[in-house]
Amino acid sequence: MTALEDAPVPLSAAGNPIGFGRMHRKEDVRFLRGEGNYVDDVQLPGMLYGAILRSPYAHAKINGIDTSAAEALPGVKAVITGAVLETLGLAWMPTLSYDTQAVLATDKVRFQGQEVAFVVAESKYIARDALELIDVDYEPLPAVADAKKALDADAPIIRDDKEGKTNNHIYDWEAGNKDETEAAFANAEVVVTEDILYPRVHPAPMETCGSVAHMDPTTGKLKLWTTTQAPHAHRTVYALVAGLPEHNIQVISPDIGGGFGNKVPIYPGYVCSIVGSIVTGKPVKWMEDRSENLMSTGFARDYHMKVSIASTREGKIQAVKVDVLADHGAFNGVAQPTKYPAGFFHIFTGSYDYPAAYCNVTAVYTNKAPGGVAYACSFRITEAVYAIERIVDCLAAELKMDSAELRLKNLLRPEQFPYTTPTGWEYDSGDYEKTMRVAMDMAGYDELRKEQAEKRARGEYMGIGISFFTEGVGAGPRKHMDILGLGMADGCDLRVHPTGKAQVRLSVQSQGQGHETTFAQIVAHELGIPPEDIEVIHGDTDNTPFGLGTYGSRSTPVSGAAASLVARKVRDKARLIAAAALECAPDDLEWELGRWYVKGDPERGRTIQEIAMDAHGPLELPEGVEGHLDAQVVYNPPNLTYPYGCYICVVDVDPGTGQVKVRRFIAVDDCGPRINPMIVEGQVHGGLADGIGMALMELIAFDDDGNNLGGSFMDYLLPTAMECPDWELGETVTPSPHHPIGAKGVGESATVGSPAAIVNAVIDAISPFGVRHADMPLTPANVWRAIQGNPVRTDMAVE
Amino acid sequence: MQVTITVNGVEQTRDIEPRMLLVHFIRDELQMRGTHWGCDTSNCGACTLWIDDEPVKSCTQLAVMADGKSITTVEALAKGGELDPIQKGFMECHGLQCGYCTPGMMMVGRALLDENPHPTEAEIREGISGNICRCTGYKNIVASIQWAADNPATTDAEVTA
Repeated sequence: MTALEDAPVPLSAAGNPIGFGRMHRKEDVRFLRGEGNYVDDVQLPGMLYGAILRSPYAHAKINGIDTSAAEALPGVKAVITGAVLETLGLAWMPTLSYDTQAVLATDKVRFQGQEVAFVVAESKYIARDALELIDVDYEPLPAVADAKKALDADAPIIRDDKEGKTNNHIYDWEAGNKDETEAAFANAEVVVTEDILYPRVHPAPMETCGSVAHMDPTTGKLKLWTTTQAPHAHRTVYALVAGLPEHNIQVISPDIGGGFGNKVPIYPGYVCSIVGSIVTGKPVKWMEDRSENLMSTGFARDYHMKVSIASTREGKIQAVKVDVLADHGAFNGVAQPTKYPAGFFHIFTGSYDYPAAYCNVTAVYTNKAPGGVAYACSFRITEAVYAIERIVDCLAAELKMDSAELRLKNLLRPEQFPYTTPTGWEYDSGDYEKTMRVAMDMAGYDELRKEQAEKRARGEYMGIGISFFTEGVGAGPRKHMDILGLGMADGCDLRVHPTGKAQVRLSVQSQGQGHETTFAQIVAHELGIPPEDIEVIHGDTDNTPFGLGTYGSRSTPVSGAAASLVARKVRDKARLIAAAALECAPDDLEWELGRWYVKGDPERGRTIQEIAMDAHGPLELPEGVEGHLDAQVVYNPPNLTYPYGCYICVVDVDPGTGQVKVRRFIAVDDCGPRINPMIVEGQVHGGLADGIGMALMELIAFDDDGNNLGGSFMDYLLPTAMECPDWELGETVTPSPHHPIGAKGVGESATVGSPAAIVNAVIDAISPFGVRHADMPLTPANVWRAIQGNPVRTDMAVE
Repeated sequence: MQVTITVNGVEQTRDIEPRMLLVHFIRDELQMRGTHWGCDTSNCGACTLWIDDEPVKSCTQLAVMADGKSITTVEALAKGGELDPIQKGFMECHGLQCGYCTPGMMMVGRALLDENPHPTEAEIREGISGNICRCTGYKNIVASIQWAADNPATTDAEVTA
């Protein structure tokens, strides 16, 4: 920290911090007035409406599709089937994991809700009417809904479209040191193993997915307004798939009503809206309904994990191993860096100090919707944190040791950083014990344990659960990390206008994270321009630099660094211009926020606003200095950043009904310096609510026929204000040593870290009944069954 | 069939299909985009508006059911240039992130305060329990409504944009 960064942040004339601190969001007013501009708000002259016919079956052969009645309906402009797309070479598209996915089914359908036909009509009502008139001749086939049966010898082959495919296997992948780990287990005093399921859930943003496509027949330029977290990556994929040059594709991601990873993949509906526009010559809007969103777009998790931990009798962890069966659905459509087919799951060693770890992941196709990496999962670190934090609690139960004591005994120590984990990650910085102590103090941990003992004595079941998580965000170094061959570096352009107002252009795209405010604050921090004078431009590929977008909590660690560095570049240029104006050498100048001044003569100086005018004016500039005040950078992160935190949850469980009440939730996050603490806290609150949902309520289960049992908000239960407690937040601040402003990112921390704390609390509450583990979601029925000693699989329909 | 519905004080007469949903009447017929759509099943509340001052989820109402009635939407909360206290509260307390549930939340929150100007935290939580937010974890929404309860006067416009 420099002296400048320790100084109080000055306020602008509008009362905003010129730098870091709490300030109202610049984007709020339009939302508060009902003047946001979401994809469904886009209205173009002559616009038509699309709707998708979806499969009622999880697995069925298509013998024929009769669209004649639909085509004859007045108001219908086009009916597009897979056969039509085949003639354009668009029946199949690449996924983000080098697999293929049917845009519209041709040979057979492979999950319930799969896209079969696309109708374009004058109104959304007529389009829906037309779907009813399409006659599909299905021949139902046996379905594989249970991942555990996908590799059975008699399992139906789902991907017979792939030449030579004779089973439902996708990949085997491993990380860590198998021999060392097995040796540690062979010699261990204590071994605990548990089957732990992270069931299928769904990000379910409030705004569903959709697009408005307009292929201008005259110019040949495609404009696509779409719900995407990654506009530039999408543009490149469209260019590759459709053979259109990138400059003839403009992807616009306007206001996005929540993403949580749901809006990273390219969905068949987007492609259909484009084809619909090409076919009709008109703009075509397609917005999915809620059931379509839940049943067909990127789900999350579906990880069947067998987790084992080896330890001494005193509770010193020696090794951990995990076997994973990963259910990827009918198409491998996970979105993650290419070299990491299981995402960042191998960060499962967590926050603890032990030498040996190994994981093996086997991925399979099933007759279920594709996806897997979504819902603020941080590329599967959610599953990893859940695995380690659950098994540590199981170990504590086995050792009859307090779970806080066990964690404190094993946490990495500050002097071990940078720390290379047994599976190869290099954690950048951390003081874990400090953070844990802060959380325990806030919770009043010892008092809680006393209260729990007293309550147990009178037959009341209170539980205390802890989760200590280490995140890894800001993907990533382009040498190791790419998606479909696109390196995960992000650009940033900054232009300071003659009067000192600025525009900064980003490659990342907000879905509610407040980028228009936060990124203005980053530039303000570096240049001293008030944040209200800095406009943030994002979400339009024609008007922003290339980059891979917002997911995996990467905006602040990657684009935040880019914004900081581009502002420093402008500051360096401003120095040369100020020196010319002040007729001194650049080395004679000193920077204070918003101003270069002459060392030893602080009265002589030029503000950034004066320098901006100089840069555009008649001032004679030094040799090699171009006019104007702007710069651009591309930031290639040297490493991930590793935010972390300690969460403590307190629950009360009614053993008669299995009802869980989350009484308190304490969340202490260390994400480095906080650019806008108000926004950071909001991000954490939202992730904690996700945790309540996943731990207690949310589930996409299936029956044996592959029917989706979570296909509406009547069935897929999301937390409301009634299930969420009054979150108690704390913080510690350990900057990342390699990020220009030390910021680590926080977007997914709470979603990653909180489910384990809640489940650990519930299991702690009902441990007197002999329960050591039960799978999410811990609904009253599932808790009650666990108390009865009869836990069930939650991912399949209960007979 | 013809319906006449007063929306934000303006009488609107349209010839519509009887099956048209109220949310589509507002969004598509009247081109008022502040009322959002989220679920089809009355679960999420993104489409909440008022019919005769009562909050209603407009995704499960037919427009014809509002014939002859008076509807208020989020666009009517601000009076002239001045935000309603509920809007100021959401800004002051960071009660919104992506903004998609926000109109519905504010319409429910405003109606709650009109009926109960000094609600407890529990009453606010119950009051908004028919509306889902995926971003905020509700804490700041509760605080926003509380802020509006504590700052009912509209003279103090200390909201910076």
